[in-house]
Amino acid sequence: MRDTIDKLTTPHSDIVNTVVNPKSTGKIPKGLTLLSVLIIAGMLALILSNVIYHGLGAISWDFLTLPPQNGMEGGGIFPAIFGTAALVILMTIAVVPIGVLTAIYLQEYTRPTSLVTRVIRMAINNLAGVPSIVFGLFGLGFFVGFIGHGIDKIFYSGTRPVWGQPAIIWAALTMALLTLPVVIVSTEEALKAIPREIKEASYALGATKLQTIMKIIVPQALPGILTGAILAVNRGAGEVAPIMFTGAAYYLPYLPTKLNDQFMEMGYHIYVMATQSPNIEATKPILYGTVLVLLTLTLLLNFVAIYIRSNIRRRRIHA
Amino acid sequence: MEKYHFKPKSKIKEFIGRKFIAINAYASLLAIILIFIFIFKESIPIFTDADVKEEASVGKMVLKQHYYPDRPAKWSWQPNSEVPKFSLLPLFIGSIKAAIIAMLFAVPLALGAAIYVSEFASQRMREIIKPIIEILSGIPSVVLGFFALIVLATILQKIFGFTSRLNAINAGIALGLAVIPIVFTIAEDAMRAVPRSLRDASLALGANPWQVSSTVVLPAAFPGIAAGIILGFGRAVGETMIVLMASGNAAIISASFTDSIRTFAATIAAEMGEVVFGSTHYNVLFFIGTLLFVLTFLINLGGDLVLVKLKEKLQGKLS
Repeated sequence: MRDTIDKLTTPHSDIVNTVVNPKSTGKIPKGLTLLSVLIIAGMLALILSNVIYHGLGAISWDFLTLPPQNGMEGGGIFPAIFGTAALVILMTIAVVPIGVLTAIYLQEYTRPTSLVTRVIRMAINNLAGVPSIVFGLFGLGFFVGFIGHGIDKIFYSGTRPVWGQPAIIWAALTMALLTLPVVIVSTEEALKAIPREIKEASYALGATKLQTIMKIIVPQALPGILTGAILAVNRGAGEVAPIMFTGAAYYLPYLPTKLNDQFMEMGYHIYVMATQSPNIEATKPILYGTVLVLLTLTLLLNFVAIYIRSNIRRRRIHA
Repeated sequence: MEKYHFKPKSKIKEFIGRKFIAINAYASLLAIILIFIFIFKESIPIFTDADVKEEASVGKMVLKQHYYPDRPAKWSWQPNSEVPKFSLLPLFIGSIKAAIIAMLFAVPLALGAAIYVSEFASQRMREIIKPIIEILSGIPSVVLGFFALIVLATILQKIFGFTSRLNAINAGIALGLAVIPIVFTIAEDAMRAVPRSLRDASLALGANPWQVSSTVVLPAAFPGIAAGIILGFGRAVGETMIVLMASGNAAIISASFTDSIRTFAATIAAEMGEVVFGSTHYNVLFFIGTLLFVLTFLINLGGDLVLVKLKEKLQGKLS
């Protein structure tokens, strides 16, 4: 009886029934998909527990504040921590203003369907997908080779390069390009979350577009901008390929104090210690210690960013 | 009542502000163009310079070469030997092998997890699983490379008894860990973007939750899932530090996944540091960079186009 009614009301029910097995309850798919979640979580747990287990013993006040000794088999990693911090600070100064202004332009000045927006958006998406090693090549060819050598040719007559060599400023600018899409996307999300009424109120009071942006929109979007900056720092602190030829050095007896100094960096330090150490067993504790410090730093930044972002999202839902 | 002073509207200020913001917005576009120009510029001698062409013309990089008169022709990457050999085939095979393993490992897990989160998980489970994936995506690639080099390679060798400890499978699995968050995020977004009305209609017709997922949600979200896989593949091809550390870096032509491999990206990272500025080797490394840039550009463009189509489909015609 039911079959007949089905056929009468929905003529395609036969087809539907061949696709869907009416007896399938979904227990097996649910189990299988849950299994993949568990495998991913398991791999993550393995990585984190391994690093914490082996790394925790190496962490001490000396480890964080002393330079390396005995060919990386003793001492600490202070210059690498300092260099990483200097790198991401310079990078943030370069990337945040450009990223925020781009997001403002896309959200406030152009229609989403206009050609300009589409082209810029396509460029941002592609920039986000360029392999990090290509950024490294670009930094070498453009910042070090073109800009740096150019400055040397115009302002310095000596034979030794002043700016036309790997330096922290070139590494930071390369990293700024790499992290630009991160800042733009985060800021845009924050701009979208600002209620229309606030902007309209501002216009209704006679404020111009620029005044509205500077006084209303940017302050409202600050948490999102902050999230973007944190995610950019997180990314910049972890990437190694872009800085390999643009400024990072394995060992330096001094800290970078000028923009054209080379610098030590934690990720690069890990790479060289792990692959080029003559005695891997002797460097292992320091290696694990460095990995733990880098991982702690990036994961902390990540958590802060996730926290701020979830607050923004919640606000958008309630607004 | 207090008297309120309106600031006079300054048209010039508005104009300059608008232009300044617009100029910044074009930074991403400019960056993409400059990256291509400066990477490609350094590889031009391969097409024009007679001496460079003698060692590494496009034909010589692709076809079998007789390097020694008394030995059979072969493909070989040995840029620093007495007779420099610049065949790209071993590197191409290495890149493809690593990417295949990475995708085979990452796609089932990422899609499984995405289906679980969007179809089966309770709100609480979702709030646990999503940060797990975000933490995984926050792990710097140098740390994943380190983990594969020190820990994973040992585990895999103990289980499977590989002859070479660092090989395509080891590098591919570590690479997969970097790909999982990309595929997961995009696929899960696509599944959640399927309009509620479609789910409700299906449920109202008597389908159980898994029937709704498998016959309505997954087909509707398929373009998004495909885009996630495409973009994940782009990442796998371009990723540098993981393969540099975990793959063994031997440029071998073989079909076996248990041999060491050398990828395009890792080759640039490993050799750019010691290359003579302006030599054939230097030009070839930039040429590889150009190939990587163009390849990932096309992959990302393809992925984005699919996503745009999906958005139109879900927002326009169906709901």
